[in-house]
Amino acid sequence: MQATGTLARPTRVRIPWVGVTVGVVIIGLILIAYVWDARITTAVLTATLRQSTPIILGALAGIMCERSGIINIGIEGMMLIAAFMGFMFNVWTGNLFLAVTGAILIGGFVGLLHAAMSISLKVDQIISGTVINIMAVGFTGYFYQQGLTTEGKLTSIRIPLLADIPIIGPVFFDNPPITYAALGLVIGVHVLLYHTRWGLRTRAIGEHPGAADTVGIRVNPMRYANVIIGGMLAGLAGGFLTLEAVGTFERGMTNGRGFVSLAVMIFGKWTPFGAWGGALLFGFANGLQTQIQFLQNQLPDWLAWVGQIPTQFIGMLPYVLTIVVLAGFVGRARPPAAIGKTYEKE
Amino acid sequence: MSNPQSSQPIVLEAREVTKTFPGVVANRDVSLKLHRGEVLALLGENGAGKTTLMNILYGMYHQDKGEILVRGEAVRINNPSDSIQLGIGMVHQHFMLVPVFTVAENIVLGAESTNGPLLNLTEARQRIHDLSQSYNLDVDPDAYVKDLSVGQQQRVEIVKALYRNIDILILDEPTAVLTPQEADELFEVIRSLTQQGTSVIFITHKLREVLAIADRIVVLRRGEVVGETAAATATERSLAEMMVGRSVVLEVEKTEAHPTETVLDVRGLSTNDDRGQKAVDGVSFEVHAGEILGIAGVQGNGQTELIEAITGMRPVLTGDVRIGGNDYTNASPRKICEAGCAHIPEDRQKDGLVLPYSISDNLVLNSYYVAPFAQGGIMREQAIRDNAIKLVDDFDIRTPSPFVPVSTLSGGNKQKVIIAREISRGVKLIIAAQPTRGVDVGSIEFIHKAMVMERDRGAAVLLISAELDEILSLSDRIAVMYHGQIVATLPASEATREQLGLLMAGAQADQPVEEAQLQQRVASSTT
Repeated sequence: MQATGTLARPTRVRIPWVGVTVGVVIIGLILIAYVWDARITTAVLTATLRQSTPIILGALAGIMCERSGIINIGIEGMMLIAAFMGFMFNVWTGNLFLAVTGAILIGGFVGLLHAAMSISLKVDQIISGTVINIMAVGFTGYFYQQGLTTEGKLTSIRIPLLADIPIIGPVFFDNPPITYAALGLVIGVHVLLYHTRWGLRTRAIGEHPGAADTVGIRVNPMRYANVIIGGMLAGLAGGFLTLEAVGTFERGMTNGRGFVSLAVMIFGKWTPFGAWGGALLFGFANGLQTQIQFLQNQLPDWLAWVGQIPTQFIGMLPYVLTIVVLAGFVGRARPPAAIGKTYEKE
Repeated sequence: MSNPQSSQPIVLEAREVTKTFPGVVANRDVSLKLHRGEVLALLGENGAGKTTLMNILYGMYHQDKGEILVRGEAVRINNPSDSIQLGIGMVHQHFMLVPVFTVAENIVLGAESTNGPLLNLTEARQRIHDLSQSYNLDVDPDAYVKDLSVGQQQRVEIVKALYRNIDILILDEPTAVLTPQEADELFEVIRSLTQQGTSVIFITHKLREVLAIADRIVVLRRGEVVGETAAATATERSLAEMMVGRSVVLEVEKTEAHPTETVLDVRGLSTNDDRGQKAVDGVSFEVHAGEILGIAGVQGNGQTELIEAITGMRPVLTGDVRIGGNDYTNASPRKICEAGCAHIPEDRQKDGLVLPYSISDNLVLNSYYVAPFAQGGIMREQAIRDNAIKLVDDFDIRTPSPFVPVSTLSGGNKQKVIIAREISRGVKLIIAAQPTRGVDVGSIEFIHKAMVMERDRGAAVLLISAELDEILSLSDRIAVMYHGQIVATLPASEATREQLGLLMAGAQADQPVEEAQLQQRVASSTT
């Protein structure tokens, strides 16, 4: 989270003092917590990163779609279908690499479906996304059979030397592959959007498709491509759930993460690093919540009251935090101007 | 003046181009030629087919019949990339710029140079700099487009076209959003372009400009070429007649005003725009019975918000609005309407009419709930029909029947429906925003006459218009709005076009006299 403020807007050289201040305060708090209890602090921070992975991947999916002008409310459904199909590929092939690839391709396929509905068939984009969400619940619920076994899940890859750095090492350099990939993709999507021809054109069709069209950019094919890329990112998020985090599939296991991704995307004002900050916040609340539940019986006296709170309420923490942050601290976020509108030549 | 350009080679030619849309022939057998280094004006009313023809040349549409020749070769233009390839550039009436991008990003969009996979804007900046030097088009590559004035945005559009190495430039209604001074600057740019060999097609419906800038003029009416003339031999009157197909009265005939008591009294009014930014800042004025007060200003200087605040469609933050002596600040639109205020809104499609409703229903939108159109909450069809038949006749609304959806009417007839509804009930205040925008010359005449008649009947008229000619010919007094404030109010008899133009561009009220004279001299020496 500490990096968000300084990296959010690198297109202009301007020091965002608010971001720097927040970053410094957060680093300070982490250090204090580390000195107080190194083991718990590391556990919370590790959980923060892991829990934020599906959220940031979902948010990047949303960014790719919405920057090109297509609302994607179906990220939840894309994640769920990809999670299920990724799991099934794992059952069938026993090869985790093929399973992850399968999840990504399935996500891309559902993205194609969304693109076809909202671009070619001109279905309202909210409706199209809702169709995908409902379809995902029905499809996965119908085909899921209990008792399937797999060859395990993706495990941590420890990067030598770097993993030995205190605090940072175990948190950043001892993770399973999709978590690493998510970190890379935050940077990757940022570079793609702000420093490549593709990104400039993508942002143009999301802001003013007419302007893009008149300089010879083909708006609808580009929107297709971006929505499919978004679907693939959502597919990777789904794959994370069944192939890296849990190792098995459960009905409705996305549990609202797709929607949290959308919230985080808005929190980050449709920028990858901003969204990453939001995802880390959500991940932190989740990690904290888990640790509180673990430790409820061994808290120091002055925190004993925390132990009295029913676990259901503690479990709400990440979601409540999301609501508070979105409602209270985001301010006016300006979505891409052409979002939600089908593009037709006059 | 002879026409030296006609000896130059033909760079672009359209031969018998026909384009039909469902139910309408937009272009029928249109032929025209453009020589190298020439300014060809394409003149015609709204709906005459000018923009359709240009969109065909620019590859946005494809013609049903006929051919396009570029430098003597027949070409097929399927999309804008094709036309850019052929050296044709277009500046659209509504700018095609991404507001949140920088000038450089907008200019390179679609023609980006890259450095490996990454964008390379350094080179682009240099080229933009060179182009703006050689054509005297001042643009800052790193400014955000949303921060630029309309005139600057237009320069960006022109540089964007030049960046693509075009030698034929199409300008679609380029002066619609400019002050007269900005328009003069644009003409300078056009002259420097043609001197360096670029050919320009200039689309407009403004006669004065055509005579000022064009070498040759092609007039379109209802999709057909009805005349072609050298600018040197044309007059405003001859062109207007060609455009409309009959003789027209360009001047509005009106006698001197006899203003009496104050009807609309606005004091210190402030309001915000949709983004929450101050759009109208402490505006005060009065409109008296029997006079027309015109508010001049470049679009987007708070006129829209001012009207909306007066008519109850936008909250008034400070100040008050009195109609006939009573306070109507933040009253509901219906209350204001019932106070005898007619409102001819700026956007007739959105705020003036319910498009799918019939003409007869649209004619009672402001009175359907009272006698004679309703009784005990039930609408009385007979009264509504009779009213419609009468008003369609009185206001010369051209329609096969008063009961067809209002969406089937032309712009001018739609506007007549609104005017009929608003003024037929004998109001004491008329607020008219852009009453003739997008309206044919015949309807303009009718609307102007109606407004003068209402004035002579004793109504107070508040007119807001971006067309300086309309303001000058209709108003008895003229107020100029700039950046949300009224910067000057003057009697129409004393106002000159140049002086108003300077005020619209933000000049102070006390200084422009000499400057205006200077401008006038510059303008007359160049034409």
